[in-house]
Amino acid sequence: MTPTAPAPTVRRAVARTLTYVSLVVAVVVVLLPLTVVFLTSLKTSKEMADDSGALTLPDDVLNLGNYATAFQDGRMLTAFGNTAFILLFAITGTVVIGSMAAYAIDRFTFRFRKLVVALFLVATLVPGVTTQVATFQIVNSFGMFDSRWAPIALYTGTDIVSIYIFLQFVRSIPVSLDESARLDGANAFTIYRKIIFPLLKPAIATVVIVKGIAVYNDFYIPFLYMPSEDLGVISTSLFRFKGPFGAHWEVISAGAVLVILPTLIVFLFLQRYIYNGFMRGATK
Amino acid sequence: MPHTTETETETVARSTVTAPPGARTPRPAGKARAARVWQRLTPWLFLAAPLALLITFTYAPVANMVAYSFTDWDGVSPELHYTGVENYVDIFTREELFQVFLVSGYYLAASAVQIVLALYFATILSFSVRFRNFFKGVLFFPYLMNGVAIGFVFLYFFQDGGTLDSVLRLFGHETDRAWLSTSTSANVSLAGVSVWRYLGLNFVLFLGAIQSIPGELYEAAELDGANRWHQFRYIIAPGIRPVLSLSVILSISGSLAVFEIPYIMTGGATGTETFVIQTVKLAFQFNKTGLASAAAVVLLLIILAVTWVQRRLVPDDKVDLV
Repeated sequence: MTPTAPAPTVRRAVARTLTYVSLVVAVVVVLLPLTVVFLTSLKTSKEMADDSGALTLPDDVLNLGNYATAFQDGRMLTAFGNTAFILLFAITGTVVIGSMAAYAIDRFTFRFRKLVVALFLVATLVPGVTTQVATFQIVNSFGMFDSRWAPIALYTGTDIVSIYIFLQFVRSIPVSLDESARLDGANAFTIYRKIIFPLLKPAIATVVIVKGIAVYNDFYIPFLYMPSEDLGVISTSLFRFKGPFGAHWEVISAGAVLVILPTLIVFLFLQRYIYNGFMRGATK
Repeated sequence: MPHTTETETETVARSTVTAPPGARTPRPAGKARAARVWQRLTPWLFLAAPLALLITFTYAPVANMVAYSFTDWDGVSPELHYTGVENYVDIFTREELFQVFLVSGYYLAASAVQIVLALYFATILSFSVRFRNFFKGVLFFPYLMNGVAIGFVFLYFFQDGGTLDSVLRLFGHETDRAWLSTSTSANVSLAGVSVWRYLGLNFVLFLGAIQSIPGELYEAAELDGANRWHQFRYIIAPGIRPVLSLSVILSISGSLAVFEIPYIMTGGATGTETFVIQTVKLAFQFNKTGLASAAAVVLLLIILAVTWVQRRLVPDDKVDLV
């Protein structure tokens, strides 16, 4: 299995080489488009016009002019602000809603419990993209259209995967903890707040990461529900680059890099949690 | 046990079963009843908000959507007429509306490629490989990236004189082909972008499943003279079956619900319009809420059918819920 294994056959050596060749090809395929966009973001509009090709290095690697343009004319500051606002409320809401639902479903037996569970289960099968035609009318009737509360309500209200993640964790917390607290006179709310919620930290971390990335990247919901330019989130603001900066690929590239950079930093620091989070999120 | 005195309702917090039996006897009857009602109410207090949101934003829209789909409503006017199944007949008979199903074919083919590639990379990276974490990170990162940013990165990639043309020129291959200008070429390019974007998730899921297989199995197999292919065939493949079946279903529903990449890159031009782009345009640009609802109902039914078939074919990995 390792190169030090005795008498590696020629076949194995070839297989190993092919393995690395395929990996390197994959790395090039992933990184090349991104690298080119990064290089483009550092070029001046004059360099872009001289037709030297996409693969050339910029003359001045510290030319951050396009970033300034993207930030100011592209209104990226407002966009990051709106995204942060939505992230904060949507994640808090998801965590509170999901943990409460999980606590109620796992710790109580009550009439219609099976029905409630079935309602949540069937809802996972309904893809959000299909129902927006009708959801739009409901959001509109609440007067939330073209406000930041529309995406917040939708992100909070339609996240059933989080409930499952919380459910798994609540189940792993021993019931004896609740019982001893109850003997000390704690009621259900105190138990939820003082015992269950603090012990859900790993689940909360998972939900914050998975949800955070999903909300940060979402385009569909803000695009449908927040047409005002003042309410642009990073996705929709970046999308608007297409008009005014039309052929100015150096500015569009700078905008794209600005949007990707926070994700890259978060990924580099939280790799392990991110892998685990997505594995839990996808397999429920 | 207090449990037996409460047989008229199932509403008992699990832990009350173990409460000291004498705890409630000194209480007057009225107070006990109040406590019981309160107890019966407790789970519903926790569930009130989650259920309200679930019904408002998932079940009510589905119900409304089905209702709209039998009308000619435009989404704004107070007036609407019942039109029966006319919208559904339109979707399946008007060629320009049906066209979008064919576009899904490109994405379906792409997801097959994607699953095979993900499986390949997950398998080789589950063995000891130098710089494994680096390779893993690079393969996964596109999945975390913003869709609009990916759209722009690849618009530049396919652009005339962009990344792809420059690379081809490097290898002495001069093209003046506009990659996104004919229907087939554009759809293949867009489907390729979606493989680039989503491969990472499949890959990480497969890798996780493979790594949860106990290492002794490989050692034992090695002792029995099994080669890599045997190891894959008899140890890895059965171990990842549940994740594989999940990926297949996600790919099928994903292929039908493609929106972001084609909408951002081509806006649905040159025959790249997908089902969701069409539905969004019908509903929000052309104000044909009735027709758009019918389209959405069809999509929902297809996805439910696919899920149902998958559950029937692979019954052993049903979701274990409570």
